[in-house]
Amino acid sequence: MSDWYRDFANSGVGTTVTRQLGLPRPAVLRRHTPGDPLLPGPAVVGSAGAGRLREELISLLTAAGVTVSSPAADTEKLAAVLLDATGVTGPADLASAHDFLAPALKRLRPNGRVLVFGDPPSETSSPAQSAARQALDGLVRSIGKELRAGATANLVFVPVGAEASIASPVRFFLSGRSAYVDGQVVTVSAAQLPPAEDVAHPLAGKVAVVTGAARGIGAAIARTIARDGAHVVAVDVPAAGQALADVANEIGGTALQLDITAPDAATRLVDHLRERHGGVDVVVHNAGITRDKLLVNMDTARWNSVMAVNLQAQLDITQALLDADGVLRDGFRVVCVSSTSGIAGNRGQTNYAASKAGIIGMVRAYAPEFATRGGAINAVAPGFIVTEMTAKMPFATREVGSRINSMQQGGLPVDVAETIAWLAQPGSGGVNGQTVRVCGQSMVGA
Amino acid sequence: MTRPDTRTAAIVGGNRIPFARSNSAYARASNQDMLTATLDGLVARFGLQDQTVGEVVAGAVLKHSRDFNLTRESVLGSRLSASTPAYDVQQACGTGLEAAVLVANKIALGQIESGIAGGVDTTSDAPLAVNEDLRHALIALNNATTLQQRLKAISAIRPGQLAPDIPRNVEPRTGLSMGEHAAITAKEWGVTRESQDELTVASHQHLAAAYDRGFFDDLMTPFLGLTRDQNLRPESSLEKLATLRPVFGKGEGATMTAANSTPLTDGASAVLLASDEWAAARGLPVLAHLVDAQTAAVDYVHGGEGLLMAPAYAMPVMLARNGLTLQDFDLYEIHEAFASTVLSTMAAWEDPAFCTERLGLDAPLGSIDRSKLNVNGSSLAAGHPFAATGGRIVASLAKALHEMGPGKRGLISICAAGGQGVVAILES
Repeated sequence: MSDWYRDFANSGVGTTVTRQLGLPRPAVLRRHTPGDPLLPGPAVVGSAGAGRLREELISLLTAAGVTVSSPAADTEKLAAVLLDATGVTGPADLASAHDFLAPALKRLRPNGRVLVFGDPPSETSSPAQSAARQALDGLVRSIGKELRAGATANLVFVPVGAEASIASPVRFFLSGRSAYVDGQVVTVSAAQLPPAEDVAHPLAGKVAVVTGAARGIGAAIARTIARDGAHVVAVDVPAAGQALADVANEIGGTALQLDITAPDAATRLVDHLRERHGGVDVVVHNAGITRDKLLVNMDTARWNSVMAVNLQAQLDITQALLDADGVLRDGFRVVCVSSTSGIAGNRGQTNYAASKAGIIGMVRAYAPEFATRGGAINAVAPGFIVTEMTAKMPFATREVGSRINSMQQGGLPVDVAETIAWLAQPGSGGVNGQTVRVCGQSMVGA
Repeated sequence: MTRPDTRTAAIVGGNRIPFARSNSAYARASNQDMLTATLDGLVARFGLQDQTVGEVVAGAVLKHSRDFNLTRESVLGSRLSASTPAYDVQQACGTGLEAAVLVANKIALGQIESGIAGGVDTTSDAPLAVNEDLRHALIALNNATTLQQRLKAISAIRPGQLAPDIPRNVEPRTGLSMGEHAAITAKEWGVTRESQDELTVASHQHLAAAYDRGFFDDLMTPFLGLTRDQNLRPESSLEKLATLRPVFGKGEGATMTAANSTPLTDGASAVLLASDEWAAARGLPVLAHLVDAQTAAVDYVHGGEGLLMAPAYAMPVMLARNGLTLQDFDLYEIHEAFASTVLSTMAAWEDPAFCTERLGLDAPLGSIDRSKLNVNGSSLAAGHPFAATGGRIVASLAKALHEMGPGKRGLISICAAGGQGVVAILES
């Protein structure tokens, strides 16, 4: 689906018109295509306080072929600005963050990346230190709203001892894979990580289940995960079987027609994975439905069907996989699809929002057990994603819905898929129990 | 030179599209469309993209002349490797099962490691031919070389020849439809209207129950918006069926209605067979093995035997070869061309006179435990796209046996036009 307004705003006449009238100027986002370099230009790395990540960041960038430029005076345009603020001890230290960022952001190219690192505010008993750490959150989110031309700003909290876990978030947030992820805060933790990763095919040799894979976001997830090297078991309801088979055949995966709300669904899925693949590495709980009505007009059937598909089935299948002997392979990943509706609420979607908020709680609660067993579970919460479903919305509703975010445009299914594929990577084991929004920093649900 | 020891071919799984009533959901779909979609569903289920399968064997009963290479063309249009060989077979309603037997035999001999057997039929996109007289005139015109010859050929064409030659469900040698033949046999065996309607209701109920428990989730892929067999009537009841008037047979004794006879149907099916080793190497299941099969034919023109009674003759030959009795099976699949066909066949096996005089046995084959018969529904409910029925039965029976555990035996009996029949044994 083309974004007619974005295309117009980026045309010759459109650039002039939108500039003169002060209209939004949505950028053509830098999205990942295989073979892309991590960044299309140099990066700078700065510090606020006596940080402990600067050297690690420089070596990560250098290893990825990125030129690390000098923060001082240089006029060269930058593809990314990284700030190590793990050293901040009080509000006074934040001035150095400002001093580094202000000139650096002026040099930021279109589709640039701002990535800030701090310590988790909760992991200190000093009110001043916690305040300074928490201040980074407001700083980064505001930068995200000030940046234009497809640039994003995100924040990674790194507890002491979890330094090795930053490599995967760095690669994701700097790359085109995170095109529509903006204003997000991810807290990493210490984890068993693989020694090296095939950057082009991080999921090579993995078996991944994707539910709701017949169309829309689910099909994009299946394609992206297959592109990254995994064998995809594409799951959808039997009635969607023809589209499901098409997706499976396109990506060289297999189709499994299964109603995930059937009483024996979890058993059948576990048996299938055991018999056909000897286990599973990645499970993406994407299947979801909407049955919108104002709460006062909502019948029990609408409420129950949404809960059954969007929440109960995810709980049942996740638990069945954890309980099954030897089905989850080392370093297993579960990624659940939540929604910004579950964070901000949405009129007419009490059932949907409740189920999607429930996902966030489920992920948080499962995270310690997953960590103990060497796995990780996370959620992504898509915002306004352009699909067949949104194409059916009334024009004005769709236009407003797609523009009220820092990117001034709707996201694409592939943006959700890239974020999920990142969380599924072996190297992302240090990201656990998190909910990452893919919403272009939507005004709703921020 | 030594020949390899024979082995028994494994049934890995199957796929079919829901069967549609004639001139309905699949009215615009060709045999090639349906067979290709069915192969693609099988490919998706078992991850066979770009793989070369030993052989694909399928056929259609009603076939356009352009479809002379139907199966190979379908393979080329599918996600299988283009280096997969294929050929067509046709044995009327026995086509699908015969295709499975052919594939299984090549696997048994070690000539191939894997194969797909299938069948497809459409009564909607049927091959109309030009009138036979017109065809002769057109051939003469085509062969004419001079203007004079051309004018002469054209002058032979008459308006009456414009009426097309429509394929009919009629036996060429008797001029009787299959239903009329079946009605004669039903009368001979004294098959009652009530017993036919009971079998029909059971077929619908069994098929509906199988859908409800997700039995077809890994046996079927929807096509053109159809997600279930269109002919299925879960609410079918004896009372409702009793109100229908007979359509085959004449007068008082007529018992065969539109409900207890299969309707004209469109659809396709495919079964994946392989050696155990091939399946194991790919982590694919073995649902059952195709143990043995037998065909027979009867002289329904002059020999006084019913058109659809050939399976009754094939059965004892196959049972004897395997040292089994008719009762040594856990499940039975007798194709429901007509309810009366199933009942006539079973009556014949129970009849001492028939078994001794016609089959040359010492004693009757005996009765079948009806609770083991067509337990997941059969053609009366699902419909019967002629060549697709065999594949439907083989895959469904293999799965049902697999669910029951190892060492379970199933029996298949399919009658076919031309007085033919195919029977087979599966074992999990």
